[in-house]
Amino acid sequence: MSTAPKPSESEKKSDRIILDKFQPVFNRDACQMCKRCIKECSYGALESKGNRIWYKGGCVACQRCAAMCPTRSIEIRQVPSQMAPHATYDDRVRQAITSQASTGGVLLSSCGNDGPYDHIFDDIVLDAAQVTNPSIDPLREEVETRTYLGRRSGKVTLSGDGCVAESDGSGPIVAMDMPFMLGHISLGAVSYNTQKSLFMAARNLNIIAGSGEGGLHADFFQYADHINSEVASGRFGVTPEYLKRTAAVEIKIGQGAKPGHGGHLPGEKVTDLISSTRMIPLGTDALSPYPHHDIYSIEDLQQLISVLKESTEYRVPVGVKIAAVHNVGAIASGIVRAGADFITIDGFRGGTGSTPRVIRDHAGLPIEVAIATVDRRLTAEGLRNRVTVCAGGSIRNSADMIKVIALGADVAMVCTSALVALGCRVCQSCHRGLCAWGIATQRPELVSRLDPEVGAKRVTNLYNAWNEELKEIMGAMGIDSVESLVGNRDRLRYLGPNPKIAEAMGLKHAGEGWG
Amino acid sequence: MSCACPSEAHHSADGQLETVIDASGHDQYGRPIDYRTLNVEIRKAMEEGASRIIIKGVMGQRYIASAATAKGLYIGIAGTPGNNLGAFLNGPTIEVFGNAQDMTGNTMSSGRIIVHGNAWDVTGLAARGGRILVKGSSGYRVGIHMKAFGDQHPTVVIGGRAGDYLGEYMAGGAILVLGNGIPGSESPIGLFAGAGIHGGAIYVRGEVGEHQLGTGAAIRPIEEADRATIEELIADYERSFGATVDRDWERFKKIAPISSRPFRGHFDPTPI
Repeated sequence: MSTAPKPSESEKKSDRIILDKFQPVFNRDACQMCKRCIKECSYGALESKGNRIWYKGGCVACQRCAAMCPTRSIEIRQVPSQMAPHATYDDRVRQAITSQASTGGVLLSSCGNDGPYDHIFDDIVLDAAQVTNPSIDPLREEVETRTYLGRRSGKVTLSGDGCVAESDGSGPIVAMDMPFMLGHISLGAVSYNTQKSLFMAARNLNIIAGSGEGGLHADFFQYADHINSEVASGRFGVTPEYLKRTAAVEIKIGQGAKPGHGGHLPGEKVTDLISSTRMIPLGTDALSPYPHHDIYSIEDLQQLISVLKESTEYRVPVGVKIAAVHNVGAIASGIVRAGADFITIDGFRGGTGSTPRVIRDHAGLPIEVAIATVDRRLTAEGLRNRVTVCAGGSIRNSADMIKVIALGADVAMVCTSALVALGCRVCQSCHRGLCAWGIATQRPELVSRLDPEVGAKRVTNLYNAWNEELKEIMGAMGIDSVESLVGNRDRLRYLGPNPKIAEAMGLKHAGEGWG
Repeated sequence: MSCACPSEAHHSADGQLETVIDASGHDQYGRPIDYRTLNVEIRKAMEEGASRIIIKGVMGQRYIASAATAKGLYIGIAGTPGNNLGAFLNGPTIEVFGNAQDMTGNTMSSGRIIVHGNAWDVTGLAARGGRILVKGSSGYRVGIHMKAFGDQHPTVVIGGRAGDYLGEYMAGGAILVLGNGIPGSESPIGLFAGAGIHGGAIYVRGEVGEHQLGTGAAIRPIEEADRATIEELIADYERSFGATVDRDWERFKKIAPISSRPFRGHFDPTPI
């Protein structure tokens, strides 16, 4: 553990020149000195002195003051205006070194990987129907987006009159009206009002939402039919009741934002509410071990899957979530063979409430490559039709969702977009617990800024819109059911700089047709 | 799963419903009956309101009584249960007349598991309540990440020795290792004891050296309150197994967390 002495005042002062990245600029003519901005800024960056608002430092560009200013007289600008240009030692590299020289700590961050990697989604173009395969107008004809989560029957036998006589191995399934689910965001990482908004939205949309690893607050049992209960290495709040009041159970092995890393909810966030939901002592660090200590192999994973199925009496599907890592195809194969009813692959841009920056920015695989690899591997081994495959890790819009499905996912997992709908401005400060929008915080005065009714409505609107766009695209492709889009790589073409990537995903290059 | 797993219910002299399940049967291939068949019988007996369930002839069946929720229910097991015995247990007492395997009492909420033999690795993983008593020894990673909340206070008592990583990540509750039958010159626990511990306490009757401690753990003196905790645990052990344990207090060691916030100062939250 680091025991670095605290930086001196003069150190802090000189470091601040480099570390201060943003600055609110005030239109003094329009400012009425209502001081609302000071109240709104949970980072304590503003003060009033001599009948003026002054900036003290520490702005994270969350935009709360600007959004709440009644006269719109605040604008957030980037600082410093100019460091000596250097393409290798860019501003951020210099900031990281400066900060660590002062604290001696592991740099934390949140949200997802913000590094300048190419977005492969943006290098993929969709096909559309022309002449020989007529398109479908989704406003007139049915375009089916209903999706099932769970183990599919491997084999169906028909009787002489064409009825299903026997279906082999079909497990419990959950029907969702749309091919997406809300990812796992724990109570602790986010506020009570945030989770409530998400669960209400999941019910409105008839999809499922992840509980996160922090257990389930008793108030949320009413949403159980739309909740996917997570069993992570910390086992917080995992009681028989938690396992029974749920639509699905998911074992979390890894998370895209921090592959191979555990969880760490600092004691400041372990309030009464979090302590009682996670069932841990007040104010202590809530640690999730890096691995599950009952899982060191696929055979061990099979046992945890089996015991969860026994415990839920085979009523709900049991899935496994992993981060997209280099050997993801083989791992996914093992997970299916271990008995998982669904698997979730989380790409390296997936979000988090807190993670070491070095892991967030440098470990894992993009979801585009990972999902295509998993889909091909499972198909080659004759396993793909047994399970539902979910994929997440920065699904930013309906286009990404459509592409990830065509690359091999049954279900797209979304998360950050839902938080943006709630007010998040992706300032990447969740780990500080001071979220001015009442999302990633446990402070009552901040939590109350988010109205769950309004939040639920906005998340519902967002995904309803995406689902309509999905129908529009499928109609234009001449596809009338989302199940026909799953793994349908022929309707995608690669238009990027690296043909090797296209090969890894099993995509043809733009210009290559069918004949 | 076509094989039978006969069960028989009767009322005992005190009017309690007792169900006896015979798990010694085999399927058509000569294998012991499937755990699913056995658990169906256990759940059926619970639904019928049994207050005692006796399972005979257990041959390695895993996941026995997982997530069983019933206060006051007694489950007696003759034979050798498999991994994950009493996982997510909530209320019942399970008594094993034999050895238990790995992950006994995995993530249990409440209840008691009494093992008249040894229990192997990862006993009491992530327990948040209840008690596990093992007459003999246990393996690696015992009592990992036990927690405590409100009146829930998980406890594990191991009669003999325990392996490496005892009480790793421990957040609450108590572990007692009695070291019965271990020569005084040897330590009854392994290395990395209490690695990452940030709550609760580990009590060991026998030698513990600094080199056996994991990160975040320290040897602390036994206080009056500790003595009361240990005394209660030993008394329970003696009652459960008909054994006698010396109160040679000078031999007891306590391993406790250095901090409830082991990672404070480890991270730099500066937004970059």
